[in-house]
Formats: sequence, structure tokens, C-alpha cells
Amino acid sequence: MLEAYQFVSRHPEMLAKWAVDHLWISLVAIGIGAVLGITLGVFITAKGREPMAEVVLYFAEIMMTVPSLAFFGLLMLLLSHIGLSAIGFLPAVITLILYGQLPILRNTCTAIRQVDPALIEAGRGMGMSQRQLLFKIKLPLALPVIMAGLRNAMVLIIGITAIAALIGAGGLGVPIFRGLRNARMDLIIIGGVSVSILALLVDGLMAMLERWITPRGLRG
Amino acid sequence: MIRLERVTKIYSDGTEAVREVSLEVERGELCVLLGPSGCGKTTTMKIINRLICATSGKIYIDGMENTSINENELRRNIGYAIQDIGLFPHMTVGENIGTVPALKGWPKARRRKRAKELLELLRMNPVDFIDKYPRELSGGQRQRVGVARALGGDPPILLMDEPFGAIDPITRVDLQNEFLKIQQELQKTIIFVTHDIYEAIKMGDKIALMKEGRIVQYAPPADLLYRPRDEFVAGFVGADRGLKGLQLIRTKEVMWRSPPTTKPDEEVMAARERMEREGIDWLAVVDDEGRFTGWVLSSHLEEGRKVKDIMSTSAITATRNAVLSEALSLMLTSGPNVLAIVDRSNRLEGVLTLQAIQNALREAAQKEESQ
Repeated sequence: MLEAYQFVSRHPEMLAKWAVDHLWISLVAIGIGAVLGITLGVFITAKGREPMAEVVLYFAEIMMTVPSLAFFGLLMLLLSHIGLSAIGFLPAVITLILYGQLPILRNTCTAIRQVDPALIEAGRGMGMSQRQLLFKIKLPLALPVIMAGLRNAMVLIIGITAIAALIGAGGLGVPIFRGLRNARMDLIIIGGVSVSILALLVDGLMAMLERWITPRGLRG
Repeated sequence: MIRLERVTKIYSDGTEAVREVSLEVERGELCVLLGPSGCGKTTTMKIINRLICATSGKIYIDGMENTSINENELRRNIGYAIQDIGLFPHMTVGENIGTVPALKGWPKARRRKRAKELLELLRMNPVDFIDKYPRELSGGQRQRVGVARALGGDPPILLMDEPFGAIDPITRVDLQNEFLKIQQELQKTIIFVTHDIYEAIKMGDKIALMKEGRIVQYAPPADLLYRPRDEFVAGFVGADRGLKGLQLIRTKEVMWRSPPTTKPDEEVMAARERMEREGIDWLAVVDDEGRFTGWVLSSHLEEGRKVKDIMSTSAITATRNAVLSEALSLMLTSGPNVLAIVDRSNRLEGVLTLQAIQNALREAAQKEESQ
């Protein structure tokens, strides 16, 4: 514990670099993942696409069961085959995006399906188009639940980003794996504790954001 | 204004929800679709604004076939109120009422002005309510906002699916009365769905009684009551036509205008004399401004005292627009066989007696039979 403290006070810039890298990878992944997941979630919840929703959610679930390490390896093969950078930022972000999909997709679907049919009926009866129903009724009402899914995905991604250090993406996984190789407990502690703190911090911020974007009429 | 020609709806599983329904509703008329659940009344209504598309048959609105207009355009010009109310919880009362105006592209200031007008029309103070959210309202207030929202874009036609269904009976009666008053002013063409025969008789200019997807009888309420076409209609109307007929008459039509009154400071002797002269056993007590305060009954007269010492104060009153069934039930709770009819500021406008109700009913029945 003391060694860990001494290391941080001697090399604060290293810890800062790892943390910033870590956060950056996670943010890019959640950003792209959110756009992808919400769009796909909205798409598969449309009327008549129930079978498609089943299939997509099934795949997202399977994705979660594949060990992330194995997936990193698979992706390295695939990317090098098509001539893209097989290590570092790109494969890390792609993997993280995919891992974040399940909570985002699932919450988007659930949230939109939960919207009271009477509201949809009222909206339709007053002459709203499908697009207006989506943007004026369904999405605003689904927003809090979608946001909860994003939070879930974000915490998940921050955790898995630590493993991305193995394929050279940097981040707080670097001290953890370095510590494991060299039997340096202090480095493992620094990496592990920092990942937890980062996850808690981001989760707290997103909880505040969740409350802030919840429409006033829905706040309890 | 609205004409249905042999409209049929058969679902893909073979259920015939509506069979060859033909119906014509004149401008400014309130047509009730009445019937037991599953009789096709809601389906018929939804075919008009194309929430459900008919399998065959035609619907004309103002002479134009409803399928010739873009469905969203069509619906924006037909007000729509449903039983579940369906107020959007993330929008304020003002925004809810402004839904159709917003879809029609009205600027914000005009939408707000319209919302204020409609809140006032439904007797809700705009300042208090326009920026509230639905969850902050009572059931009755929500239902009012639901009606206001249906009127938002000032449509010539309203479709109302059990619009007063989700509230307690007392609030419902109030809302029915207010809505009828509003309708007298606005003269909308209305299709009104209900399963409640009392509501149908009270609200409808005409009633279409439906059974298993067909219209069994389409007639004014009095016809339905006194000249049922077949046994189904007679059964649905029920044996107690007399009681239901009470829904067709308003207190103002039968009340005793300028009835004998007395004042709190009058001597009991004087009051007794007036009762004997009029041949009645009651006098309404009013204050100097003409406001109703209670009754003096002949059974309680004591010599040598003032009216205020022996009167029984009463707050049970009705308005001139109440239908007789409501007035009668109030009368039964008020004690004496008389009911005070007052205006908004509680000034006495007349007195309704049990005798007057009986006479009115007898006349109505005789008139129907002689036709």
C-alpha cells in the first residue's frame, strides 16, 4: 500500500497518462456504442420487427458470454487480415462498443415497449406521424430508462478497458499487467483502485445526467 | 357532415367487428354509439378517423371520402378524446392542449393563447393549470384537459370514446353538464361512444344502439325509450323507462319560477299565512341578496318566533341545467320533498317539487304514446 502511494507521488504524470488514456478509450466506445445501440434499438422495436428484435438481443447476449480476452484475439486476426491496425486503439474500441451493446439495446427496447399504448393511441389519433410519435412521445418517455442502460454499459466498458492494455491500447490496465508480470503489488493496486474510482466517478456523473434529462413531468 | 355507407370491418382472423353499418350525423349533432362491450361501437368510431381501416364501405366527411385525405391531415381536423385520457406525462397541460395546434404549425404564442381559452372554457383557471404536469392533476381535472386537448385545433368534428369514463360518478355528472353547455355554444359534430344508457340518453341528440357489429336502432333518445324497435332494444333500455326518462328533462323546464320565499327575520306567523295561502308545507328562506339559505317546514312552526330560529339550513341545491334524475336524487337526500334551484352565486332561481317531476313524467309518456 505504502509503495503504491510512493509510486504515485513520485510519478503522478504516469498515473494521469494512464487514466486519461483509459477514459478516452471508454468515452469513444460509449459514444459510438450509444449512437449505434439506440438507433438499432429503436429500429428493432418498430411494429412488425419483433422477430428481428429477438435475434439481435440474442446475439448481444451471446456477445457478453465470450471472454473479452478471446474476443480481442479474434479481432486481431480479423483486422490484420483486412489490413487494419491489429493492435492498440482500434481493436480495443471495436470490442468495447460491442460489449456495451447489450445493456443499451435491451434498455432501449424495454423502454420503448413500456410506453403506455394509450399515449401512442392518443398521439396517432391526433395526427402524429410515426416519426413525430417517436421523437415527441416514445423517446422522451423512454429516455430515463435508456440513460440507465448507458450508465450500465459505461461501467462495464471502463472495466473491460483495463484488459485492452494487453493489446497495446494503454490505459489503467498497463500498470496492472506490468505489476502482474513483475510481481509488483503496488502497480496492481494503483491500476485496480484507479479503475474502480474512475468507474464510480463516471457512474455518479451519469446518474446526475440521468436525473437532469428526465422530463420534469416524470420526475418523482 | 359524417356519413357512413355500409361500413364493414372483418379482421384477418375472421371476426366481424362491424357489419354493414350505415349512419348519418348532421352538422352540430351529438350522435351516441351505444351498446354492450364488443358490439363494435369503438371500432366504428375509429374507422372514421382511420385508426382502423374498413374492409369495405365508405365514409364521407363533409361530402369528401375520408380515404381521399392524408390520414394524419384527416386526424388533425378531427378532435379525439379517449377513455384512458392519454395525456402526455412529459408535457405540461398547455403543451398537451397545444398538441394538434403544434402539429398544424401554429406559432408558440398562439398555441398558448388557445390553451388558455380552452382551460377557461372548461372552467379551469389558466394561470393555475397551464404549466402544471398531468400527474399534478386530479382525475376530473385530467379528464377536462383531455376534452380541452381534443378541442385544441378547433376541429369541426369530435370523436369521443367514453370520455368521462375514468372518473367518479359525481364528477362525471358535472362534466357531462358542462360539456353539454359547451356543446350548445360550439355546435361541434360529435360521435360519442358509451356503454352507459343513462349517459347516452342524457348526452345524445341521436343514439345508435349497436349489437354484434350492427346498428339495431338509430333514433332520438325518447324514441329509443318509448318506441324500442325490438326486444333487444327494449331489454337494453330496461323496464325502468320512467326513471330513464328523467334524464331527458332539465330542471329549468319544470321548476317553480319565483316560488314563495321568506326571510330569516320574518315572524313565523307571517310565514304560516303564506304557506296556507299557497297550499304548501314549505317556504324557501333567502337572505337580502336573494341567496338560498334553507327551508321552513310547516311541521316545525312555533308561534311567536322568527323564521331564523326554526328554519333548517340546507346546502343541497341543483342548477337549472341539471337533469331531473340528478335533481331527484339530490331531493331524496335533502329531506323535504323540494329542491332549491340556484345560480352560480347561490341565488334562488326556483324550486323543484316532487309533484312537478311526476307531472312532467306523465306528460312525457302521454306525448310519446299519442304520437
